[in-house]
Amino acid sequence: MAMEMRLPVARKPLSESVGRDTKKHLVVPGDTITTDTGFMRGHGTYMGEEKLIASVAGSVERVNKLICVKALKTRYNGEVGDIVVGRITEVQQKRWKVETNSRLDSVLLLSSMNLPGGELRRRSAEDELAMRGFLQEGDLISAEVQAVFSDGAVSLHTRSLKYGKLGQGVLVQVSPSLVKRQKTHFHDLPCGASVILGNNGFIWIYPTPEHKEEGAGGFAADLETEGVRVSTEASLRTSSCLLLAMKWNWGALWSPGRTLRVPAAEAPSFLPSLAVSG
Amino acid sequence: MASVSLSEAEKVYIVHGVQEDLRVDGRGCEDYRCVEVETDVVSNTSGSARVKLGHTDILVGVKAEMGTPKLEKPDEGYLEFFVDCSANATPEFEGRGGDDLGTEIANTLYRIFNNKSSVDLKSLCISPREHCWILYVDVLLLECDGNLFDTICIAVKAALFNTRIPRVRVLEDEEGSKDIELSDDPYDCIRLSVENVPCIVTLCKIGYRHVVDATLQEEACSLASLLVSVTSTGVVTCMRKVGKGSLDPESIFEMMETGKRVGKVLHASLQSVLHKEESLGPKRQKVGFLG
Repeated sequence: MAMEMRLPVARKPLSESVGRDTKKHLVVPGDTITTDTGFMRGHGTYMGEEKLIASVAGSVERVNKLICVKALKTRYNGEVGDIVVGRITEVQQKRWKVETNSRLDSVLLLSSMNLPGGELRRRSAEDELAMRGFLQEGDLISAEVQAVFSDGAVSLHTRSLKYGKLGQGVLVQVSPSLVKRQKTHFHDLPCGASVILGNNGFIWIYPTPEHKEEGAGGFAADLETEGVRVSTEASLRTSSCLLLAMKWNWGALWSPGRTLRVPAAEAPSFLPSLAVSG
Repeated sequence: MASVSLSEAEKVYIVHGVQEDLRVDGRGCEDYRCVEVETDVVSNTSGSARVKLGHTDILVGVKAEMGTPKLEKPDEGYLEFFVDCSANATPEFEGRGGDDLGTEIANTLYRIFNNKSSVDLKSLCISPREHCWILYVDVLLLECDGNLFDTICIAVKAALFNTRIPRVRVLEDEEGSKDIELSDDPYDCIRLSVENVPCIVTLCKIGYRHVVDATLQEEACSLASLLVSVTSTGVVTCMRKVGKGSLDPESIFEMMETGKRVGKVLHASLQSVLHKEESLGPKRQKVGFLG
């Protein structure tokens, strides 16, 4: 058995420990970004006393004449087409309320959910009464953003066989700003674990199923089969690596092709083989 | 208790993993998370300690005040415990929400210290039947991520180790009236011996196995837990079962044996860290809350 006890160590300021070629311009609310009035102001800035002042804590991004401040730690702001992983918090009359780490709970309408068997029909009163049989409070789902309401709340849909209720696995929560938008967010790692990178910062790691099930519509969560030890270990190691990467601010998580890489100026690329041998 | 909502499949996953000695963060069933201990963080107390176990954060302050001894124990001082579950930890603790948990923890602390050998109460006596030291131990829960009892006990032990009680003398006049004189030197104090202060080891039953130091997610999968209070020599001072599930007597025995084994290692690590901190002397860099 292992027991580690130690005295706390003060954290070193980031600028000392990290050597960057291109220094990011970091600002806190109230900092002056520029006194040049020729710039257009974007998100996270406001004009006050002839100068551009930041209203959030983050890094300054400049695109030609547009200056905006991208917040480092923020709630998830939904965009149409994003893939999210969410947890059901409430079951209401014709919809579910889903928690996605945004300012308002997201909404999953009964009509946006696939019926088992893939049939297409109008949802009846019986479907409404059987809602709890599909998704209960506490269940995890993967879904895509269908629309964004005017108040910022997000409407989800699971109208594809790859979305739906998630089965056995482990959820890792990171900041939404770390997950970049990519072509695909569903990845199978070579170590035996599969990953769903939700744009809202919820990352779902699960053992890769031996055979892909079609036609279930993502409903039947497999509670019976015990995860094979290798794939369980792999998914647990992947989640630990992700948490470590987030803790030490290794930059954004994205995936060109198959390998999961972390592009930051100095951090080594973080491959799944690290998970297996680590 | 602060709770986290999990889906059935997640709970099944955790339970299956534990059967194979694989927990979600990669630990074995008898491994603790990393513990950070720091004493003397609050300057206006007689002793204080802050302990972080994973994301569980506890702050303990000990204040020594003079009072009259209890009637049934006239030549001993005593300890008073108070646990404050602050709304900092979880919104459920707002207002009176944290009172139930606080009294439960305080009662457990009273029970494990309710024996002759945990703390030498006779050293807290100034003059029998008239004056004694009362140690008010206040526990503040800052953040909750599972395994509260263990962390609180470690923090209480560290704070008692750090407590410095001023040395007083009782002067008697010719008429017989007593006067209490405080020593001039502010560093002239008595320290408590915490050799026999016990620590709690919480063992949660998950499936067929039991785990030490459960996180909030693992606590949500467990129906019954056993709190075992162990001293540094492996002596069990008190045992308590919590949770709505039932425990088999054989598993209680196994969990107790695990608790004794784990408790001895816990005490040894805590002693070495406390002595290491003390050996750094007054020049050590205090991290506190802004580190």
